[in-house]
Amino acid sequence: MEKYNNLFIGLLICSILGFYVGAEDGSAISDLDTLWVLIAAFLVFLMNLGFAMVETGFTRSKNSVNIIMKNIMTISLAALVFMVVGFSLTFGASLNGLVGDPFEFSFLSGIEADAAWPGTSVSELAFFIFQMMFAGTAATIVSGAVAERIKFIGYILFAIIIIAFIYPVIGHWIWGGGWLSELGVIDFAGSTVVHLVGGSAALAGALVLGPRIGKYADGKVNVISGHSIPFAALGGLILWFGWFGFNPGSNLAVGPEIALIAVTTNTAAAAGAVTTMLVTWLRSGKPDTAMTINGFLAGLVGITAGTAAVSPLAAALIGMVAGVLVIFSVEFFDSILKVDDPVGAISVHGVCGAWGTVAVGLFAIDGGLLYGGGAGLLFAQSVAVAASAIFVFATAFATFKAIDLAIGLRVTEHEEVTGLDINEHGMIAYPDFEVPA
Amino acid sequence: MKLIIAYVRTESLDAIKAELDERKVHRMSVTRGKGCGVQKGYLESYRGASKVINLLSNLRIEIAVNDDFVDTTVDGIIKATRTDEIGDGKIFIIPLQDCIRIRTGERGPDAIGGESKYASGSSADD
Repeated sequence: MEKYNNLFIGLLICSILGFYVGAEDGSAISDLDTLWVLIAAFLVFLMNLGFAMVETGFTRSKNSVNIIMKNIMTISLAALVFMVVGFSLTFGASLNGLVGDPFEFSFLSGIEADAAWPGTSVSELAFFIFQMMFAGTAATIVSGAVAERIKFIGYILFAIIIIAFIYPVIGHWIWGGGWLSELGVIDFAGSTVVHLVGGSAALAGALVLGPRIGKYADGKVNVISGHSIPFAALGGLILWFGWFGFNPGSNLAVGPEIALIAVTTNTAAAAGAVTTMLVTWLRSGKPDTAMTINGFLAGLVGITAGTAAVSPLAAALIGMVAGVLVIFSVEFFDSILKVDDPVGAISVHGVCGAWGTVAVGLFAIDGGLLYGGGAGLLFAQSVAVAASAIFVFATAFATFKAIDLAIGLRVTEHEEVTGLDINEHGMIAYPDFEVPA
Repeated sequence: MKLIIAYVRTESLDAIKAELDERKVHRMSVTRGKGCGVQKGYLESYRGASKVINLLSNLRIEIAVNDDFVDTTVDGIIKATRTDEIGDGKIFIIPLQDCIRIRTGERGPDAIGGESKYASGSSADD
């Protein structure tokens, strides 16, 4: 026993020394920080299940197999494509602040398990898998907005493009040493890098595809109900849970500050849920469960940029605003612009991502307008939102258009009416749910 | 009085509802069904293996109408659901011995409702 005790004490001393050295110059690996970033990456992975369930629940049962398949493929393609080129474009040596060197880390060249990522004490491979999960998240946001009418192969092609090129450009601008990070933009965990990117691409996709058959028939705005609120709630709450990896993990180190990040994240989600419930209750006489799911997701998206920079009370305010914003944004896109977004991805991720990024300029304890920091940060944050939204919308629109011209983006009318499941995948989601087939 | 029973494609329900609404047939009962006809089902692939599905999902629509509404109801269903492809479905028309509205105890054409010339007229639709 004594032998093992000595070994244990020896290991303990080594790890304490390890932390100490890691904190000192950032070049040594901290086991604890690496473990935390890996756990956070696994939590962010779980968000793929969250997205899959939210999107399945908010769409019709005849398209469930298709939605599930898109979500499985998004995270799988992200793992491969981000390794080949995306990671290097995001984090490689900056070429004029616009994009990273695409060859520096291509195929993970030079990325080791036992070396620390520069500026952190986290293993380089742990940093890679964490960032790769984020790229997958941005891509999967699009899947809901284009649901129930996009060709599977068209979606696959778009997913590859957004993971390989579109997401990495914004990632580089803000996180990889690009021109927006030079401006001092704060986007801690990606209200813009992940959510505004996903939301802007979602808008482009929904516009190029056009609405689902029957959505705007006879000059009316028709409701096309999803087939399972329990699935949507399951997915939404899994996303909320996954966000505890998304935001606190972005700290890339273990320390008391991740407690603040966890609290601001949770508070904004809760404030979004309660606000959305109250507003829908006041407006329609009933608390709307489907919209409340979008409400806490809106709060989460909103706090993602400022999660480490604002107080818990400011987080509640950011979440409340997001909870109101999402309701009117969904209505605006659905009824006024007549953009058919089956799950509300444009509003939840695009609009609330923009709000969250701008909100940092208002509420940041260090530099925010309301804390006497002047308008400089607010200006930088607004520039980040505008530049990112314009770049992503333009490139995503062009990509969708190119796919449409090359192979056709939308399924046939017959395939859409009878369902993507049987036509695209040769199976249905619930074959013997009521009567055995 | 007739009972019209139609077996139709599941995806044609919205079109049938709209078409019948225009023809002032505002009542129906719809149930999910499984069935097969000359199309003999379809081939499904499940984890790499092919599986013949004999019974397809369909909808059973039941509508009780007075005699002067039989033709327009049948025409409306056909107009809304016909694709000229195998699997469009079938319509059955069965004589109805009686009809009783449970709420009021009315019997016969009055209980069926609608603007039929066979109804006494005092009865409001549904």
